[in-house]
Amino acid sequence: MSHPNPTYPAQDVCPPEDLPTEDLIRVLDPQGNLVGEPLLDDEAILELHRVMVRQRLIDDRMLTLQRQGRIGFYGACVGQEAAVFGSASALEPTDWIVPALREAGALLYRGFTLREYFNQLLGNNADITKGRQMPCHPPGHDYHYVTMSSVIANQIPQACGLALAGKLKQDGRVTMCFMGDGATSEGDFHTGLNVATVQKLPVVWICQNNQWSISTPVGRQSAARSMAAKAKGYGIPGLRVDGNDLLAVHKIASEAAARARAGEGPTLIECLTWRLGAHTTSDDPTRYRDEDVTKRWWELDPLGRTRRYLIAKGLWSDEQEQAQQDELDAEIRAVWTEVEEIPAPPLKAIFEDVYAEMTPQQTEQWESLERNMKWSDAKGLVRKQH
Amino acid sequence: MANMNIIGAVNSALDLALGADEDVFVFGEDVGKFGGVFRATDGLQDKYGEGRVFDTPLSEAGIIGTAIGMAIYGLKPVPEIQFSDFIFPAFDQIVNEMAKFRYRSGGQYTCPITIRTPYGGGIRGGHYHSQSPEAYFAHTAGLKVVIPSDPYTTKGLLLASIDDPDPVIFLEPKRVYRASKGEVPEGHYTLPLGKCTIDREGTDVTIVAYGALLHEARKAADLLAENDVSAEIVDVRTLVPLDEETILESVRKTGRVVICHEAARTCGFGGELAAVISEKALLHLEAPILRVTGYDTPFPYTLEQQYLPDAFKIFEACETTVDF
Repeated sequence: MSHPNPTYPAQDVCPPEDLPTEDLIRVLDPQGNLVGEPLLDDEAILELHRVMVRQRLIDDRMLTLQRQGRIGFYGACVGQEAAVFGSASALEPTDWIVPALREAGALLYRGFTLREYFNQLLGNNADITKGRQMPCHPPGHDYHYVTMSSVIANQIPQACGLALAGKLKQDGRVTMCFMGDGATSEGDFHTGLNVATVQKLPVVWICQNNQWSISTPVGRQSAARSMAAKAKGYGIPGLRVDGNDLLAVHKIASEAAARARAGEGPTLIECLTWRLGAHTTSDDPTRYRDEDVTKRWWELDPLGRTRRYLIAKGLWSDEQEQAQQDELDAEIRAVWTEVEEIPAPPLKAIFEDVYAEMTPQQTEQWESLERNMKWSDAKGLVRKQH
Repeated sequence: MANMNIIGAVNSALDLALGADEDVFVFGEDVGKFGGVFRATDGLQDKYGEGRVFDTPLSEAGIIGTAIGMAIYGLKPVPEIQFSDFIFPAFDQIVNEMAKFRYRSGGQYTCPITIRTPYGGGIRGGHYHSQSPEAYFAHTAGLKVVIPSDPYTTKGLLLASIDDPDPVIFLEPKRVYRASKGEVPEGHYTLPLGKCTIDREGTDVTIVAYGALLHEARKAADLLAENDVSAEIVDVRTLVPLDEETILESVRKTGRVVICHEAARTCGFGGELAAVISEKALLHLEAPILRVTGYDTPFPYTLEQQYLPDAFKIFEACETTVDF
C-alpha cells in the first residue's frame, strides 16, 4: 500500500540502511569514527558514556523487576540514551528540563539519586510524589526538571511559560522541552512552537523521533519529510541529528541552547533514532512491527558507538567497560534492596496536596475511608492489593 | 468607597494586584493594547508595561499552558479566557495539568493561577458566548471555582483568588458586568474563598443562587414578599470549596429550598447541592428540593430570555415548594 510520506517509502519507518545521508547531522559515524568536530573533550565523553551505560543497566534491571511483578510499569529509554544525555548535557544545571516519557535519566544525570528514583517507581512512603504517579513520572524541583504528563504534548505550551517567566525575569536560563514524534501531531505542539516563536523564547525543542508511537509508525504519523522540517512553518531553525550519535546531539543541542540564551529564539531538533524496546512494559511490539528491523537498529546502538570511539582512541577498553558495568549494576541492586520493603504511603496521602489545605469535603471523605478500612478489617474482608 | 460596576471592580482588583506584586502577570487574547473585549483590563498595559500585561497568540491551550509554566516557575499568572465558551481548547491543560500539578509533584510544583473568564447568557450571544461551564470545573479536584455577583464580591473574591495558593476558575457574570453597580472600597480587600453568605434573610424558603442569577433571586424574593412569602437568599460565591454549613443552616431554618443556575440541569452544580442537602438535612425538609436551571439544550439565540432562569421561574418554584 502506498502512503504519503516520501521519507519512508518502503515501510512507514526508516530502517538503518535507509538512513538519509543528507540533512542528518553526525559527528561520529556508526562505526565510531569521527566525521565532524566534537564539542566535548575526552573526559566528558567518558563520563557521558558512563551515564548512558548506567541508564541502560537501570532500564534492564527495572524491566526485569517489572516482569517479576515487583514494579507495576516501566518505560525504558533503551536506544535513546544518546538523545537524552547528549541534549541534557548541553544545558546549565539551572536550565529547565521539561520531559516526555523517556527522559528520567536526565533527572538522574542532574543528581536525583537512585534511591529517590526507585522510591518513585515503587510509589512508596518515601516517594517524592507520595505514590500518586505511575512509575517513570518523577518530578525534580531541586533539579529544575518538571515532571512528565502521560497526556501527549501537554508539556509543550508549559515549556513556553517557563521560558517566558525566565525571559521576563531576565534570568538567562534556557528551557529544553522533550517530545516524541507522535507529539508533533497534537495541537499543543503547534500551539507551543507558535507561542515560543512569536515571543522569541529561550527554548530548545527536542523531538526524539524513535519512529514509533506505540504501534503507529512515523510514516503514518506525519506526511512531513522530517520532524525538523516542521520548524520551517514557525520560522525557526529545524535540524535533524543522528539521535544515536552522542557527540552530534550534544553539539547541536549546545548550539541551540546558546542561540536561546543569546535571545535568538527557539530551535527544533529532531533526534532520529529507533525505539529498540517496547513502548512500555504494557506493550508487545512483535504484534505490529518487523523486529528484524529492530535487530539491524541494534547495530547502531548509541552505547556501542561511543564505546568504539573511546576504545579506538585508547581511552577505554573492554575490560574497563566490564568492570564499570559490574560496579554500576552492583550499586543499582544494592540501592534497590534498600528501598524495596519501604511501605506504602498513609491513606491521607490520597487527599493531601490536591489543594494547599484539605477542603471540608475531603476531610469528610478521608474520615469515611478510614472508617471503612476499620469496618472491613473488623469484618475480615480482605481488600485486593495490586 | 467608589461607585463602580463589575468591569471596574475587575480592573481595580487587577490594578492593585499588579501594583502590589511584581510576580503577577495579566495576559490573554486582546487584553493588552485593546484592554479586553469587555474592557476589563483597560489601561493596565499602559500602566504596567507590555512585560506585565500582554496579548497572546489566539490559542487558549497556549494561554493556559503558558500560565502553568509561569506558575511552576514561581509566578502568579492571571490569564483571561475571552469567553468561557472558548475555554475548552484549554480544558486538557486545566484538568490534566493545572489541577494536578501540586498532587502529582508531591507539592513541589504548584499552580497559583487565576483564570478569569466571562460566563453566562443574556447578552444575545448565542451558544458560543453564553454558556455556563462551572460544573465541568467543580467536578475536577484541584481547582477552586469562584463566581461573584456584583462589584463588591468581584473585587474582593478576585483579589482573594489571586492571593490563593491554588488554581482558581473565576467566572464573571458578564450579563451584569455593567448593570450591576455598587460601592466598592478603593483599596485592597479580600473576601474569603469557601464561604457562602446570606444575601437576604427570610423564613419560608431558601433560594440558593450565584452569579447573575443572584439578581433574579432578589427580584423573585421581592415578588414573594408581596405574596407574604419570606425568602432567604444564599449567595454561593465559591462552588469549590463549598461552604455547606451556611446552606444547610438556612435549609434547616426554612425547610424548603430552590436551587438556581443558568447551566443546563443534568449534572449541573444544583444536583450536587441537592445531594448535599439530602444527605445532611433530609429530616428538616418539608418539600422536595426544586431546581431552576437552564434546560438540557444548547443555549439558544432568539429565545434566550425564555430559556434563561429568571425571577418569574424562581418565583414559581418557590410558590410550588411553599404550597407543597
